Amino acid sequence: MTSTATTDTPVKLTKKDFDAGIDVRWCPGCGDFAILAAVQRTLPELPYKKEDYVFVSGIGCSSRFPYYMATYGFHTIHGRAPAIAMGVKATRPELSVWVATGDGDALSIGGNHFIHTLRRNPDINILLFNNRIYGLTKGQYSPTSETGKKTKSSPLGSIDHPFNPVSVALGAEGTFIARVVDRDAKHVSEILKAAALHKGTSFMEIYQNCLIFNDGAYNHMTERSVKAENVLYLEEGKPLLFGEKNEKGIVLDELGQPKAVRVEDVGIDAILKHDPKSPDPSYAFMLSRMGLDGVLPTPVGIFRAVERPTYEDMLHKQIADAKPDGKKADLHDLLTSGSSWTIS
Amino acid sequence: MATPEAKNTETATTELDQVIIRFAGDSGDGMQLTGTQFTNTSAMAGNDLSTLPDYPAEIRAPAGTVAGVSGFQVAFSSKEVYTPGDELDVLVCMNPAALKRYLHDVKSGGTLLVNSGAFTDRGLKIAGYEENPVNDGSLSGYRVIEIDITALTAQALSETELTPKQIDRCKNFYTLGVLYWMYSRDLQPTLDWIADKFKGKGKEKFAEANALALKAGHAYGETAEIFQGRYEVGSRKNIEPGTYTALNGNRAVALGMVAASERAGIPLFLGSYPITPASEILHELSYLKHHDVVTFQAEDEIAAACSMVGASFAGHLALTTTSGPGLALKTEAIGLGVIAELPMVIVNVQRGGPSTGLPTKTEQADLMQSIYGRNGEAPVPVLAARSPAECFHAAVEAARIAVKYMTPVILLTDGYLANGSEPFRVPTLEELPEINVKFADDPATFQPYSRDEKTLARPWAIPGTPGLEHRIGGLEKQDVTGGVSYDPDNHHKMIGYRAEKIRRIAKDIEAPEINGDDSGKLLILGWGSTFGVIATTVERLRKEGKSVSQMHLRHLFPMHAKVGETLKKFDKVLVPEINFGQLDKLLRLEFLADNLVSLGIARGLPLKTADIMAKANELLG
Repeated sequence: MTSTATTDTPVKLTKKDFDAGIDVRWCPGCGDFAILAAVQRTLPELPYKKEDYVFVSGIGCSSRFPYYMATYGFHTIHGRAPAIAMGVKATRPELSVWVATGDGDALSIGGNHFIHTLRRNPDINILLFNNRIYGLTKGQYSPTSETGKKTKSSPLGSIDHPFNPVSVALGAEGTFIARVVDRDAKHVSEILKAAALHKGTSFMEIYQNCLIFNDGAYNHMTERSVKAENVLYLEEGKPLLFGEKNEKGIVLDELGQPKAVRVEDVGIDAILKHDPKSPDPSYAFMLSRMGLDGVLPTPVGIFRAVERPTYEDMLHKQIADAKPDGKKADLHDLLTSGSSWTIS
Repeated sequence: MATPEAKNTETATTELDQVIIRFAGDSGDGMQLTGTQFTNTSAMAGNDLSTLPDYPAEIRAPAGTVAGVSGFQVAFSSKEVYTPGDELDVLVCMNPAALKRYLHDVKSGGTLLVNSGAFTDRGLKIAGYEENPVNDGSLSGYRVIEIDITALTAQALSETELTPKQIDRCKNFYTLGVLYWMYSRDLQPTLDWIADKFKGKGKEKFAEANALALKAGHAYGETAEIFQGRYEVGSRKNIEPGTYTALNGNRAVALGMVAASERAGIPLFLGSYPITPASEILHELSYLKHHDVVTFQAEDEIAAACSMVGASFAGHLALTTTSGPGLALKTEAIGLGVIAELPMVIVNVQRGGPSTGLPTKTEQADLMQSIYGRNGEAPVPVLAARSPAECFHAAVEAARIAVKYMTPVILLTDGYLANGSEPFRVPTLEELPEINVKFADDPATFQPYSRDEKTLARPWAIPGTPGLEHRIGGLEKQDVTGGVSYDPDNHHKMIGYRAEKIRRIAKDIEAPEINGDDSGKLLILGWGSTFGVIATTVERLRKEGKSVSQMHLRHLFPMHAKVGETLKKFDKVLVPEINFGQLDKLLRLEFLADNLVSLGIARGLPLKTADIMAKANELLG
């Protein structure tokens, strides 16, 4: 068994083939619609048969996702989707397994499974819808909410320090780590495809707007007037540039910290070039910290994409190696292994 | 059969029906190995037997302390034996701590075989003795055999190339040799084992030394005139012909699940997280990759259970193994399995609770947790294995029910079953119950929540099947279509289906057997690992001419109708359990029975015949 299936479907699949055709129960204007459309658009471009897709989710608005996909789907329990997906992938490596989760689901109740899945590197695609709020339970602060956030459960402001999901994923040594913004449809599709084709766990943080409980959380990254100043697109081999006319760039200061400069002041060659394949995760970690202080732009795109054997490949190699002649061992031999005796 | 050769020794040989020995010493003394060798040799000699190891709770307690004592008890008999026994005929004490720890388990007049070489001032002090008990008269009620095993082993191996420390480690084989002489056992199986164990890589000197120590111990029995006689426990009559092996409960569960997977024709998946005393099932199955077994050591109990749910969705025979507090953590995932109606087996090796409780000790107090411990109406079939080897067949039965009815099934064993071992007749695949798996494959007729008329099971449709793409999950499902539904009547209907599905299992299970008359004065009713001790008690009481019968439950939920009927046919029903009356409560609830008497003793130990005997006699008047 291999981790990638090839399609022999004569008919080319379309976006419509992945639409379950039921009413979508997200609030009108929710960022989830855009993510759903992007996924439905991307799957036909991937080398899998329709019946080989499995979407697993936990609990929360994002986790309704599988119901809207005309694939195999499992809406499970809070925070546990990665563990359930792990059981699917470990037993059926040929399937294309996806996890749809939210910031509360993946990073609060499911934090443990999240980090351990990244650590093991099964070929599972994790889509984390991050709206920095609890939507389905109606507006409490989440593990990505900013300190001081006033919500129903933090009327005096949240005293929790927030997680930065990309930093967490890097800390767990995930092999593919990316970030996109829901409204940037073309970019979402492009990164989604790269994530799906990555062999190993791919983690995509999707900044997603919650119209009802946290509207405008990412306005600084989506409003036309300020977007260029605040968003930095990561592209492999290209310099880290941002600004209306890409007139600004990132260099490292004398302490090795990222610093924004004008390109004309330092010359284009001085600007850092993006290297997602760097084996040292500290470069990607440095990028993940940008934007938090409101001074530097927030990077989007692929932070890290490195190769490491997948969990299921190693698992099934062990199984194959344990059967030198390729045949399953005999049950009777097993039952009589150790000391046995016969009574006639 | 390996009957001992007749020898012209002056010592007389006495025939015995049954002997109970406990080998005890420091954790480093190799007592588990010694006990296992004695057990296997006895099994090959045709004895029935039952064993109970007792490890120290500490990982490495200081040498020579009471906390560091390791014991291995074996009851071997020419008749059927159901338990390792209440009281010891022989206690082998490799050091003073072993004596201190276990003396109270030795029957009056029993034999203490003492390694006097370890009863030094220092050894006595570490064990907490102020005086040497061997000399101060405190052991006058026992037969004490003193042998300086330490010195004799050293003497026997003085010509070998081993260091003094290495020689000292051979004293367990010397001891085994002495016991083999006492109980007329054949040395050959152990000599073969030694030869095999140390084969290759320059370890032959250890093989040679251990074999020498074994033979020297045996020769000591022949020549030293300190024994009053030797004993013989003959082979059992009327044993079912076949190939036998010795299994402990954990290994039996592992092998049973592999057999079930073979019978079902689908591979086995185990998602587990280490916990005492269940970990050994994970260890056993991790070795069996050549049987297409996929094992996954998860990050926690919850992930273990969830990976099982995922593997079941994907079409494997899915298993998780745990112990009490682990089952508590798996609860939510099992509930998901209930509403998703997917087959899976959850093995709970019960231990003393609540919380961490007594992690290395046995208890049967998770019955209520297993039957009722989930949110919502979430019935799950619950089974319990009755003896170490029967764990094999109980595992197959759990898998059969899970797959046939598309439901999670909980199998209860316990610490005593997990570690104790007994002979097991190896069955052929055809002797096992049928486990039919037919994955759905027809897009024209497929509905995720249509139901089999007879079993009410929904179809098992696995990812990768063209045209059967569908969504399941923890939200209530609409009847037949499986769409999400908040309709009140539909919810009522669906929990009704799920309850009825489980109820129907009661007609698809074997009625519990009654040992004795099917009506009378007293019925002793048990479940799980107390089978052996209840059987022993009932046998003794019946020999005394008393009107006592035994019924034992393998299926706790749902229960066979015969259980309720049988309760009514006895004046009194005694329910002994290693808890405070959980089955008793359940029976009252299910059958409105008012002739029940609960006997709940939860000391972290198996029940004793004496405990049940006393209560039974009281009830019989």
